[in-house]
Amino acid sequence: MTQVERQAWDVVVVGAGGAGLRAAIAAREQGMRTAVICKSLFGKAHTVMAEGGIAASMGNVNEGDNWQVHFRDTMRGGKFLNHWRMAELHAREAPDRVWELETWGALFDRTADGRISQRNFGGHEYPRLAHVGDRTGLELIRTLQQKIVSLQQEDEREFGDHEARLKVFQECTVTRVLKEAGPAGGDGARVAGVFGYERESGRFFVIEAPSVVLATGGIGKSFKVTSNSWEYTGDGHALALLAGAPLINMEFVQFHPTGMVWPPSVKGILVTESVRGDGGVLRNSEGKRFMFDYIPEVFKDKYALTEEEGDRWYEDPDNNRRPPELLPRDEVARAINAEVKAGRGSPHGGVFLDVSTRMPAETIKRRLPSMHHQFKELADVDITAEPMEVGPTCHYVMGGVEVDPDTAAATGVPGLFAAGEVAGGMHGSNRLGGNSLSDLLVFGRRAGLYAARHAADVGADRPVVAAADAAAAEAEALRPFSAEEASAGPAGGPVENPYTLHQELQQAMNDLVGIIRRHEEMAEALHRLAGLRARARRAGVEGHRQFNPGWHLALDLRNMLLVSECVARAALERTESRGGHTRDDHPAMDRAWRTVNLQCRLATEEAQAAEPVGGAANGPVGVGDTGLAGGAASGAEPVAEPGLGGLVSDQSGQIALARKATPPIRPDLLQLFERDELVKYLTDEELSR
Amino acid sequence: MSYQAHFKVWRGDAEGGGLRDFTVEVNEGEVVLDIIHRLQATQAPDLAVRWNCKAGKCGSCSAEINGRPRLLCMTRMSVFEESETITVTPMRAFPVMRDLVTDVSFNYAKAREIPAFVPPAELGPGEYRMAQQDVERSQEFRKCIECFLCQDTCHVVRDFEENKAAFAGPRFLMRVAELDMHPLDAADEAGIDRKRTAQEEHGLGYCNITKCCTEVCPEGIRITDNALIPLKERAVDRKYDPLVWLGNKIRRRGQ
Repeated sequence: MTQVERQAWDVVVVGAGGAGLRAAIAAREQGMRTAVICKSLFGKAHTVMAEGGIAASMGNVNEGDNWQVHFRDTMRGGKFLNHWRMAELHAREAPDRVWELETWGALFDRTADGRISQRNFGGHEYPRLAHVGDRTGLELIRTLQQKIVSLQQEDEREFGDHEARLKVFQECTVTRVLKEAGPAGGDGARVAGVFGYERESGRFFVIEAPSVVLATGGIGKSFKVTSNSWEYTGDGHALALLAGAPLINMEFVQFHPTGMVWPPSVKGILVTESVRGDGGVLRNSEGKRFMFDYIPEVFKDKYALTEEEGDRWYEDPDNNRRPPELLPRDEVARAINAEVKAGRGSPHGGVFLDVSTRMPAETIKRRLPSMHHQFKELADVDITAEPMEVGPTCHYVMGGVEVDPDTAAATGVPGLFAAGEVAGGMHGSNRLGGNSLSDLLVFGRRAGLYAARHAADVGADRPVVAAADAAAAEAEALRPFSAEEASAGPAGGPVENPYTLHQELQQAMNDLVGIIRRHEEMAEALHRLAGLRARARRAGVEGHRQFNPGWHLALDLRNMLLVSECVARAALERTESRGGHTRDDHPAMDRAWRTVNLQCRLATEEAQAAEPVGGAANGPVGVGDTGLAGGAASGAEPVAEPGLGGLVSDQSGQIALARKATPPIRPDLLQLFERDELVKYLTDEELSR
Repeated sequence: MSYQAHFKVWRGDAEGGGLRDFTVEVNEGEVVLDIIHRLQATQAPDLAVRWNCKAGKCGSCSAEINGRPRLLCMTRMSVFEESETITVTPMRAFPVMRDLVTDVSFNYAKAREIPAFVPPAELGPGEYRMAQQDVERSQEFRKCIECFLCQDTCHVVRDFEENKAAFAGPRFLMRVAELDMHPLDAADEAGIDRKRTAQEEHGLGYCNITKCCTEVCPEGIRITDNALIPLKERAVDRKYDPLVWLGNKIRRRGQ
């Protein structure tokens, strides 16, 4: 093995978006030496794209709001698949996390009496989103970034070194979470650090640390039309899988109803939900406000049935019901999809979103400045004078690393934590707008806090990285430079262009595991993924390791392929429609599936031998008659990566599925709902408890 | 709708480099970053460029297009003639790392030199009360996406490397102004004089309000008029600044 730079820290945070930075602040405030590793420059994380706001029941605009109402809205939005404890902690702690930002210098928009203003958003009963125009995510990132700088200034005064206890390793990519060596290196082995490379120089490094927090965000770059940036390649999801930690709820992918559809080069870029929250309406090519035709049964009594009532709600929310444009995102996205399919779409294949006839031009410019700017600059559309064209775009993955709700600890890998989009469970089958930024802060803080405590508990008994693992990680990272060897080998074929492979992957996921799904298409997707996986082993790059985007993409493909398989397998398995998972062949929500989480693990030969697929013991009565599709092990050949979680290279897949019972909801929380509502979601068995 | 465009892209590293010619397809509605990505995918897979959101919100893809500091993702191809050769070069004020990627660590070093927001001791979380009109001034500056185009274009450092040590640049002088105008910043109580340090430590006096920074700001922040000049005026009773003196004189004459 060549000389790889090694450093020792107490806590490593992978990712520098809202969750990662909040985790780093928490860990550092516990006195732990904390390293943050991020792929972009410090302050450029995808969190800046969040527009609408942070959901927190401060009750500044409507005093009726409190954490219980927020909890209730969150569970409804997620169709009761949310981990109730995460939803509870989130609703309880979000206000404190927002107020704390003010003490770090954040400047939110104000109410008339000088408090933090709050705006309406889909699925939220009261105006709840703290906001700064439509650039709330930028304010969040900048505030956390500046808080980190202030902590570094403290350290400079105390130690003469800004980076004594908190350092950001920017433009670095982590390719493996490393675990301790020796006989304990198998199940239950502790986290020992991370392996990565500097994007600028291509130099490899190992950071040894007893705690690793994954805060890498989402997976959207596996889909063709997405609001997500290049960073969203599912790195943390894949790192967790490869380290032996399971993912849950991966079938639930949120397609935001309103992305730009034209011009082609910006297709997918987000149009904030605030447009609708502030009064924007959706119309089809016939000029009809079609959302009134798409109010689902479970929400019938909560939404206006006429345009007149919906319009009155903006002024008088206490005596009117909200317009159906503000249904949860999954409902609106499906409705748009259906209108376009029925031939009532806009010229470029979306529908019309109009604020121009709803608000004076000056109000639009003041309340939605980024949207005004974005359409003007990118599409030559003046939203104060004409409607926007919008359509669904892949926006967010509800699924992620299975975590303990209180500590954010991953399952079965001591020292591994996850927070933010990369963690699963909080949002159930569908996330409400505004609940993401609050999620980042609530669980980012918790992950940092408990990661720090774990590191403190480990004390001097720090796990040691196995040298062979670091060497294997290096060999894996270098493989794209010797694609000719793989090409000439037994599983040979031409050297592949990573950009081409990526485009084919995005097309397959978009077409076959997109917003509306059916069995045959997902089976086809799995077939194509297997083909892409074989070809990705021959992905080759030119040039050298210094800032080489082709090489970076070749390495990211491993993660995107792993995560895409999780999505496709879990989606194929769940034979119902719920939240961000819509089956054409199983269009109804099935209460029996409420008690089931689908858990994805890396398929290894040992795991498959020890844990035969099927999971019928946990399965609900009357569903899942087909058994599990995941990772049949026949003919599996582990790849030559001794010591690391080996990827199974066969055609049948790398992911094994299991069914896990969802934890029963605590009775006092259930009592926050009317029984009439609960019967729509819970099984008879749960109701009779 | 498609056509073949002629591009010159700077390729090289700290050792040196030069403009390379490319002929590349352009489609309707595309921006310069799309074309750079097409070059990566089809002709130059190792062409280095920073980018992230591709929507003008993160400030990563800063470079110079035909010599003008711009975001690659917010520069539409339709602003150029089809016959025009489009030249893309890295930001000139910062050292090149590779191709279009520069070392912007200067900016992160300057950020650390500005004392952070000082929370008022008497107010706890949730007790802050501020009027919208009072936060709006600082909010304008907080729209900054840190693309560093203003830092790149400012002639104080663009052509005079030696000024970098003493000059924070428009972005970070604006940060001082932002904190100074924050309704609840308790810097004074903590013994921090933001106006004096703007002048003495961050080089506000170097700025001679040519407004180059405002012109290149992709967020349309009026850096000079709303941040730098007011900061100069607030600093003036602490220290003599000939430009403010002159400005005041001219204004008085007009009245």
